[in-house]
Amino acid sequence: MAMRFSTLLKNPAEWMQTPGPESDIVITSRVRLARNLTNRPFPGWARKEDRITVMEEVRPPLESLTEMKDSFSEEMTKLSAIEKQVLVERHLISREHAAKGIGCGTVMNRKQTISVMINEEDHLRMQAIRPGLQLLAAYRSLDQIDSTLEGELPYAFDHQYGYLTACPTNLGTGMRSSAMLHLPGLVLSEQINQTIQGANKIGLAVRGLYGEGTEALANLFQISNQNTLGTNEKEIIEHLNRVIMQLIENEKNARMKILEDRPTMMQDQIGRAYAVLKYAHIITSKEALNFLSMIRLGCDLGFVPDEERETINVLLTEIQPAHLQISAKRKLTAEERDILRADIIRTSLNRLTPPDFGTIITDREHEDDE
Amino acid sequence: MSTSPTYMKCDLCDTEKATVFFSQVADGKLQKVNLCKKCADEKGVTDPTGFALADMLEGMGEQSKSEVSAVDSEELTCPSCGFTQSDFKKTGRFGCSDCYEVFDEGLDGLLEAMHKHTQHVGKTPSAFPELPDILDLPESKTFSTNTEEIEASPVDKLSALKQALSHSVEDEDYEEAARLRDAISQLESQIGDS
Repeated sequence: MAMRFSTLLKNPAEWMQTPGPESDIVITSRVRLARNLTNRPFPGWARKEDRITVMEEVRPPLESLTEMKDSFSEEMTKLSAIEKQVLVERHLISREHAAKGIGCGTVMNRKQTISVMINEEDHLRMQAIRPGLQLLAAYRSLDQIDSTLEGELPYAFDHQYGYLTACPTNLGTGMRSSAMLHLPGLVLSEQINQTIQGANKIGLAVRGLYGEGTEALANLFQISNQNTLGTNEKEIIEHLNRVIMQLIENEKNARMKILEDRPTMMQDQIGRAYAVLKYAHIITSKEALNFLSMIRLGCDLGFVPDEERETINVLLTEIQPAHLQISAKRKLTAEERDILRADIIRTSLNRLTPPDFGTIITDREHEDDE
Repeated sequence: MSTSPTYMKCDLCDTEKATVFFSQVADGKLQKVNLCKKCADEKGVTDPTGFALADMLEGMGEQSKSEVSAVDSEELTCPSCGFTQSDFKKTGRFGCSDCYEVFDEGLDGLLEAMHKHTQHVGKTPSAFPELPDILDLPESKTFSTNTEEIEASPVDKLSALKQALSHSVEDEDYEEAARLRDAISQLESQIGDS
C-alpha cells in the first residue's frame, strides 16, 4: 500500500536519528547506481511518451521490491513545488530531479534509506543512504535491489563499457559513492582548500551540501568518487574509505591543534554560535547552518552534552526553506521564513544545555595570567 | 607557398601551423594537443582559468570522425534514436544505449581522460556471462606494435610492456606511455593477486 506524503514527512529519515560509525565527523554515507533500459532513449533525449512508457515499465517492479514494502511512490507531476523541495532537503532526490515533470517519478521506503529517481538523467538512479561511515553497507543494500531488478528489467549493459549511462562519466559501474563530512577544524585552521585539492588530485570530487556547484554550508562537504569505469565497486569504496579515514584523522588533529594553540578562539566561536541561535529573532539559513555547525563541534569536543547531537541533526534539516513552509502549512516569504526559523531554533535551544567550557579555560588562562 | 608543409599542423583545423603546444595532466595522465593560434584562442587555451582539455577532446572526436567534406548532410546519426554527433558535443550526453556503438570511434580517448581505464571490471548482470580474461579484451589492441606479439606468461608480458614503455618515453609519445603504464599497473596488480 502506498504511503501518503504527509506520512513520509512525519517519519524523520532514519539517518537523522540513529548514529553510525564515525558519526561525529561523517554525517551520512550514500551510494547511488545509475541504470538504463536497453532500446529506450535516455530521459534527456526521450519524448514525453517514451518517458511515460519507461516509468510505467519500471514502477511496478520497484514498488514490489521487498525493500520497498510500505513505500512512497509518486509521479513528479503530482507533487507540489514545496513537496519536491522537501525531498531535496532530505537528500532523497536531486535538485535536477525536482525540476522534472511528466514521465518522471520517485519511489522510496518509509525509513528513507532507499530512494529511486525514475527518469532523472538515467532511467533509474537508485540511492542508499546510511548514517555515519557505512559505504559498504549502503552499497550492499543497493546491490541486492539491483540484482533483483536486473531479472525483471532489460538493463543496457556492454562488456567493455559496463552499465551504459546517458553521460559517459558514469559508465562502468554506474556507481557514485559519497560521504557527507563535517570539517570545521580544517576550515578554521584554513587547511580545507589544500584538502580539497589533494582529494581532486587522486580522482575524488569535493562538493557543498547539495551537490554540484553548491556552497559549502555548515562546514559540510561531500566527497565522492569520479572514476566509474576500469575499477570495480569494492575498489571504489575501499579507496574512498581510506581517504575518509585519513580526513577524519586530519580533522581530529586540526581540532586538537586549535584547542591547544587558540582555545579561547574556539570557545568564542562556539559560545557566540550558542548566543546568536538562542536569542536571534530573524536568521537566514546560511547563518543558522553555520552556527549549528559550531554547536555540533561543541558536542564533539565535550563542551555540549552528547545527547544534543540529535537535536542539532534534526534542526539542520527542519530549518531549511521547504521544511519550514510545510510546518507552517503555507507558502512563506524569505522574511517570514527567517522569523519562523529563529522561532524554531530558540524553542529547541531552550531545552539545550548551554556549552560548558569547564576545565580547559582555567588551565590555559591560569598559565597565561602568570 | 609550399604544397606539402613541413611544419606541425594544428590538431583541430588540420590546416594552420601549430604554434601553441598544450599539455595537461589530468588524473595522472598526460594529454598533449598542438594548436594554431586561431583555434587556441577559440578554445580558450590561452585563458588558463576556463580551460579543460577533456572538454576539448569531445570536439576532437567529432573532428576526426566527420571526414571533412560531408558536414551537414551525412552527419553520423544513431539509427535507434536519431541522436547526432553534434548533439553529443552540445550536451555531453548520449541519446540511448545504442549510441555507444554508433559513436564508438574516438570514444576511447574521451573515456581515458575521464576514467582509470576503458575496460569495465565491475559488476556484470547475470544475463551477460562474464568474459574469461581481462587482458584478452579489445584493450590489448591499443598496445604498441612491439608488445602485440607477446603472449602467455604474465611476467614476460610485463617485461615487454615495460620495455615498450621506455621506448615510448624515449619517443616522447606520452599518450602511449600513459596507456602502457596503466596496462603495467593492471598486470602487476593481477600478478600480485594470484
